[in-house]
Amino acid sequence: MSTTEKEAERNADGIAAEISRREAELHALRRELAEWYARYEATPKRDDLFTSISGHEVQPLYTPLDTQDLDYLASIGLPGEFPFTRGPYATMYRTRLWTMRQFAGFATAEETNERYKYLLAHGQTGLSVAFDFPTLMGYDSDHPRSLGEVGVCGVAISSLADMERLFEGIPLDEVSVSMTINGPAIILFCFYVAAAERQGVSADALRGTVQNDILKEYQAQHAWVYPPEPALRLIVDMFAWASEHAPKYNPISISGYHIREAGATAAQELAFTLKNGFEYVERGIARGLNVDEFAPRLSFFFDVHNDFFEEVAKFRAARRIWARRLEGEYGARDPESWRLRTHAQTAGVTLTAQQPQNNIVRVAYQALAAVLGGTQSLHTNSMDETLALPTEKSVRVALRTQQILAFETGVPNTIDPLAGSYYVERLTDELEAEAERIFDEIDELGGVVPGIERGWFQAEIAGSALRQQREIESGRRTIVGVNDFEEGSDKVEIDTLKIAPEVEQKQRQRMAELRAARDAEAVERSLSALRLAASGADNVVPYILDCARAYCTLYEIRAAMEDVFGSYKEPVFF
Amino acid sequence: MTRPEEPAGGVGPLDGALSALLDRFRSGQRMALARAISLVEGERPGFDAFLHAALVAGTRAARVGLTGPPGAGKSSLVAQVAAHYRRQDQDVGIVAVDPTSPFSGGALLGDRIRMNDLATDPGIFIRSMATRGSMGGLAAATREVMDLMDAFGLDRLIVETVGVGQTELEITGAADTVVVVLVPESGDSIQAMKAGLMEIADIFVVNKADRPGADRVAKEVTLALHLRAGEALRDVPAHHGVDLRRLAGGERGESGDDGGGPVVGEPMDQAVPEAPGWEIPVLKTVAQNGDGVPELIDAIASHKKYLDESGELEGRRRRRAGARVVDVVERELGRRVWGAAGASAILEDGVERIRRGEATPYSVASQVVDNLIRHGL
Amino acid sequence: MGHARARPAILPDAIILVWLHLRSQGIAATPNTEILMERKIRVLVAKPGLDGHDRGAKVIASAFRDAGFEVIYTGLHQTPEMIVSAAVQEDVDVVALSVLSGAHMTLFPRVLELLREAGADHMLLTGGGIIPEEDIEALAGLGVGRLFGPGTTTTEAVAYIREWSERQPQDLVG
Repeated sequence: MSTTEKEAERNADGIAAEISRREAELHALRRELAEWYARYEATPKRDDLFTSISGHEVQPLYTPLDTQDLDYLASIGLPGEFPFTRGPYATMYRTRLWTMRQFAGFATAEETNERYKYLLAHGQTGLSVAFDFPTLMGYDSDHPRSLGEVGVCGVAISSLADMERLFEGIPLDEVSVSMTINGPAIILFCFYVAAAERQGVSADALRGTVQNDILKEYQAQHAWVYPPEPALRLIVDMFAWASEHAPKYNPISISGYHIREAGATAAQELAFTLKNGFEYVERGIARGLNVDEFAPRLSFFFDVHNDFFEEVAKFRAARRIWARRLEGEYGARDPESWRLRTHAQTAGVTLTAQQPQNNIVRVAYQALAAVLGGTQSLHTNSMDETLALPTEKSVRVALRTQQILAFETGVPNTIDPLAGSYYVERLTDELEAEAERIFDEIDELGGVVPGIERGWFQAEIAGSALRQQREIESGRRTIVGVNDFEEGSDKVEIDTLKIAPEVEQKQRQRMAELRAARDAEAVERSLSALRLAASGADNVVPYILDCARAYCTLYEIRAAMEDVFGSYKEPVFF
Repeated sequence: MTRPEEPAGGVGPLDGALSALLDRFRSGQRMALARAISLVEGERPGFDAFLHAALVAGTRAARVGLTGPPGAGKSSLVAQVAAHYRRQDQDVGIVAVDPTSPFSGGALLGDRIRMNDLATDPGIFIRSMATRGSMGGLAAATREVMDLMDAFGLDRLIVETVGVGQTELEITGAADTVVVVLVPESGDSIQAMKAGLMEIADIFVVNKADRPGADRVAKEVTLALHLRAGEALRDVPAHHGVDLRRLAGGERGESGDDGGGPVVGEPMDQAVPEAPGWEIPVLKTVAQNGDGVPELIDAIASHKKYLDESGELEGRRRRRAGARVVDVVERELGRRVWGAAGASAILEDGVERIRRGEATPYSVASQVVDNLIRHGL
Repeated sequence: MGHARARPAILPDAIILVWLHLRSQGIAATPNTEILMERKIRVLVAKPGLDGHDRGAKVIASAFRDAGFEVIYTGLHQTPEMIVSAAVQEDVDVVALSVLSGAHMTLFPRVLELLREAGADHMLLTGGGIIPEEDIEALAGLGVGRLFGPGTTTTEAVAYIREWSERQPQDLVG
């Protein structure tokens, strides 16, 4: 026997000894745990079943037995390395804290512009545009269906002119801007690109994100315009255009937030969101795009709910599942394609109208979960959002909550500090397994789009929402200030912001002026060209850009494509 | 409620409120039609007298029924068909029936979601009904509600119901033309045959025909129609009274298909060609965008023409009137059985005794019936 | 409206048994449980405006069904005209709107006005959403019923409609 062979044998002996030592340990643990459980069973508990908010059963105790099958390197690994369970970047918050990005927008473009300048001056590091409902649905401020909703829940943007006003004095090559818009996303994106042009900023300098996630609109949020197939074509058009002309811009933010807010469980949020992400990847590949060309620019957006550990585990599981699928199923070779980067927002649905100050505390715990989960950017909700639009004061408290977390608690100094917790690792595994089960179920339905058309997602979400509501009403789940600890719930003592009805009037007048002042022939010409492009296979982005530059309005552009694509009708879900 | 002492042929006078309602109904107020429907549906006091008064002028509207499995897109198709009639300036009444929850007695009626495009059209009247404990796919008062819409002056009536078992046979009692709607998803056609939909269809539609499998389902249905026609040679005629024995020799069947499938909307095939009776067409539609709907409208019109010319319509309506009388009598009988003093008590007590093994359902039922006889019919 | 008679829980099965018996005697009776059922409360649940947040509307629609109401659900993005047209055709007792878009001061008064024009002012207009206290008071002054804010239980809403319904005259046919 050679020396190396002897060494190998010694090593093998060593490993065997290590394994048997470990087995003996686990064996002993099993015995002790059985005794512990006997004592546990004999002791009265304050409840007979402990579940997470999602209805997931939680054990009283987790031990090495729960993680004994985990292969550390294959499943957990190191931050910035496959499968990214511990974080998408190697140094995480030691290099750069998460982006503190508060979603804001109301009334007219000028008023929102002022708020943006205020937020930037107070240490916010990115902008996030909230549009009003007419804009979200692709209606102009002077459309009859917009009545009563103009500028109420966000800013009204009906043309390039409004977009120019929105970013007046804000250099678009320096600030990263996120826009929450979906059904007509491609139109608002073109307004944004054209507004940057007017500032002398070219598209390749733009940083930011447009939500543009239509699948979850059908499933949960319901701001759709076109049927799924043409809508998906528009999204792939944007992938293709952005990868060529705006390489630093994220053309989609695949969002679980709205799915969760509509009532889904954590596992459903995780699975539906990632499955939607796979669908976009498949559509891009089907178009002939190289997965490594567009996958690195896909970004995500998750909700952060109340159940602390479940939320942390959800972020970790999401990164792992995404990396494994992109590498395995879709053949991505660029690590950038494997890396799931996400924005997070605290759960609006957990805020209570009763004793609204309590919401500050809820938001703080949720923010902590998001940071321990390794989010790249975060919006913290304001305490008064269930009552009306947040006031400046409450938005400031929400931002301060993040700053305290970043600068006072020490939490960002260690990467993924909950890794190795028997509970958190086990929960991460269980969420992954549950997501895989849901993926199979969706595949059995024929995929995401057939599932949407049959109302399957909608029914699943509505079912979970109803179950949670029943838990609260039966008192099985306590919501502080709502079904328990109600002293002080009667009177609401905070100021709320109200939008004056004049905003609508002002916007209408502006639209009338715009329509009168622009070159009517250029409008007609660009819209006709768009119609033609939409009925063919050309990428429509350049055509919509031309419409934007000609000051066609949002609704005119929407309608031109609707002539070709038709409109989407809500499926019956009962 | 009708009293035994009231003379036959006169179901009693209308009280002041009902007579005012009748006036408003006759003057074409939609709220009055809606309230009259509630009156009849809830069998509230005076409903039969109101029906009698509203219907003396007779009925005339063409009635189409759509049935099929859940998720077949029936509501969308109804919306398309109704929109088509509206373009011909005809007023359309739609009755959409959905099941009542057996647990709560409540119902979630969501068919209007699919008909939102028609929502504010003054020539459209849509009413959602729950089955309310009726055994069939139809609500007990569906036909009465359609009668009211008819008397109100609507030109076309469409009833839509989920086919959940063999009970949608009832739809033949409510409609002149029955359209059975299927979808390409596997198993639907087989289910349809099991569920007896084959026996009631005057027209078959494979909806969502842009999905894979549509041609296959259309072929299966066509084949099944052939088989049935074959069986009918040795068997009784189908419900619509066409004597299939006269229709022998239809061989064009499957061989008529070129494999590529027909253009949407055109008859896929005809079960029994070149015959004097009704040839059940198998159509393909895409309700989402209206493809195939004009052909469906044509098929409905042809079927109506066939019914008129063959005298079948007359026969169907006569049978329907007869069935209606039987129905009303049974309902009244049921009401009296359970309205008689002590009936509920016998029932509750009886069920308890059945549980203890001291009685059988049959002995308890006898007691319930005896109870009625004792209290006088 | 009131409840004509309490419905024994065992009824449906038992009626089927009797029906089978009658069948065996050659009497073709149709089982009919309606006679012992309470008069149905019909409720239109609608989502006016452009926001797509229908979680509340769906939860309340399901809760109403579970309370034994017949619920007509019209879906999202309804205009006041669509809502009133549906309310009239369906002859509902109650119109319940879920408004989270902030447009409540436009939508509720408009629906109320259209209901009156259609001769449907006997219907109760109620609803829920993110509606500030002073707006609730202003709308109540116009004749809108109770409006439920976030955190209300479905039980409260069901009880409110039941109580309202019981106060209505029984013979309301015209």
